[in-house]
Amino acid sequence: MGYPHEPHPKETLILSKHFGDAGARSYDGWVKCGGYQALKRALAMDPADVIEIVKESGLRGRGGAGFPTGLKWSFMPKERRKPHYLCCNADESEPGTFKDREIMRWTPHALIEGCAIAQHAIQAEVCYIYIRGEFTEPIAIMQAALDEAYREGVLGGNAMGTNRRIDMYIHRGAGAYICGEETALMNSIEGRRGNPRIRPPFPAQQGVFGMPTTINNVETLVSVLPVLNEGAEWYKDLSLGNPKSTGTKLFSVCGHVRKPGNYEVTMGFPLGELVNDLCGGMRDGRTLKACIPGGSSVPILNREETEACLLDYEGCVEQGTMLGSGGVIVFDDSADMVYQIMRLARFYAHESCAQCTQCREGTAWTVRILERILRGEGEMKDLDLLLDLSEQMTGKTICVLSDSCAAPIVSGIKKFRDEFEAYITGAKQPVAALT
Amino acid sequence: MKATGAYEPIFAGERRKRLDDVFTCYPTKRAALLPALWIVQQTHGWISDEAMTEVGQVLGVTAAYVKGVVTFYTMYHQHPVGRHFIQVCTTTPCNLCGAEGVVEAILEHTGCGDLGATSADGRFTVIEVECLGACGFPTAVMVDDDFIEGVTVDGVPELLGRYP
Ligand SMILES: Cc1cc2nc3c(=O)[nH]c(=O)nc-3n(C[C@H](O)[C@H](O)[C@H](O)COP(=O)(O)O)c2cc1C
Ligand code: SF4
Ligand code: FES
Repeated sequence: MGYPHEPHPKETLILSKHFGDAGARSYDGWVKCGGYQALKRALAMDPADVIEIVKESGLRGRGGAGFPTGLKWSFMPKERRKPHYLCCNADESEPGTFKDREIMRWTPHALIEGCAIAQHAIQAEVCYIYIRGEFTEPIAIMQAALDEAYREGVLGGNAMGTNRRIDMYIHRGAGAYICGEETALMNSIEGRRGNPRIRPPFPAQQGVFGMPTTINNVETLVSVLPVLNEGAEWYKDLSLGNPKSTGTKLFSVCGHVRKPGNYEVTMGFPLGELVNDLCGGMRDGRTLKACIPGGSSVPILNREETEACLLDYEGCVEQGTMLGSGGVIVFDDSADMVYQIMRLARFYAHESCAQCTQCREGTAWTVRILERILRGEGEMKDLDLLLDLSEQMTGKTICVLSDSCAAPIVSGIKKFRDEFEAYITGAKQPVAALT
Repeated sequence: MKATGAYEPIFAGERRKRLDDVFTCYPTKRAALLPALWIVQQTHGWISDEAMTEVGQVLGVTAAYVKGVVTFYTMYHQHPVGRHFIQVCTTTPCNLCGAEGVVEAILEHTGCGDLGATSADGRFTVIEVECLGACGFPTAVMVDDDFIEGVTVDGVPELLGRYP
């Protein structure tokens, strides 16, 4: 449902069917909802066959990069000569994104089930669920569900009566956006600073504790349930005509809409319809100015692009942006784009792990120049400087945090240049708080 | 914990048992570092140099290593904070919906004055933080371990009243 709102008829409720229904939270409740059937099916299958079905379904990673899930699983060694690991990425820190939190709060057993299926497929006895430290409530709910799952024999040494071991532990983060990056996440589990690692080696060869590892997002893992329950063909048919983007996806919508929340629609759903119809449009009779469709790390769309954008991997690329994590940030005509882009830059500057010069210096300088412009002390050549800096920050670092900072700068200057210029020429008053 | 007087180990009795349980979840002792630091912070409210030394001894790493990790993660306090620790999200989505006004109201009503400062009565410390992962329900605020959605300027006095 458009949680916390009533479900909208245009939504397709699969992952979010039980949002708002505390009855689905317990083991018994989840079983009543048809829970643990998918896991039973999976455990009766050969791991390679589970991977094959997931490949067939076309499911792609929901954490941001959209990498095909079955293919990722197939990179794990076929024979288990040493321990294999699964890491569930529940770090959810990308501004605009708040869907994994809702999955964990309402359907913790769905996540346990999804993790267990993935563990079977990649032959991992142990899964770490990495949850950001601020998510105290989801952590408590997940821990209670894990305790239940052990008690009920879903997990442990004789998981689901199959004589196989499946263990799952929560690892609590401690405040660092960068730990959502998969190699930083592994370092954080190992008790290290959350610095991303240089690849290769890739996690499937040498991941957490140096062992073969797969990292998947929370939503990706729960999406495996309908694939196993209903079949790959059924899942594929959910999409609106684009075979490269299948299934449903949760979109967290925030910013200047009347009804912010989580909406589940099929891939390919029009962004304009999501914002204007499902979310009730802009507040107070205002008009739409801009939208970031995939979490703060993807390029900003202007109004026309927003209206034209289809919400799937290819549809977003066609409009010059990315589907990312599905965190939709909406700006109405009252928004100060320069100020808000500066806030995004501050986010990246704060969260840079500081290993790479381009990122450490680039994010800091970006903030400084934007603040200068907002103080009314900018010059026209500062815009070129920002673009030049952004180019230096793109494609040159260990991870893409640096690129992520550049994305809203480049698209923002391109699409809302007049707002930057207004501060520079003095047509707009400086921001008092910065002077 | 006081700087003077004998240092009382944190990992004794029930807490030691909790840590031993944590060890069983990981193939290395070092991996218990974040959980161990959480136990320290839950016990004392912050993580002192002495506590870092103890954690290092228990886990078989140097105190300098522990400090390197503590300083990386923003949720670990390296100094004592007020009785209630308030984190207000001011990243773009919350910011669009008035988060800076909420910060101002909280600073005013707590009497903290400045971000990062503790109020004279020792009751509150307030900081701004980046996105808390609840952007659809602005402003997102954490008070201690409580996660609170939809905080407005008008709701601030009532909210603070819940934390004597
Ligand atoms: C800076 C940065 C932050 C990230 N944060 C998250 C996150 O919070 N949650 C997440 O699932 N993926 C995040 N990712 C993506 C992960 O690195 C990884 O691609 C993802 O967890 C893989 O899962 P998937 O294939 O199921 O999508 C982040 C990536 C980067 C570069
Ligand atoms: S790009 Fe930035 S966040 Fe990523 S590894 Fe380099 S310094 Fe760290
Ligand atoms: S921006 Fe405030 S919770 Fe995400």
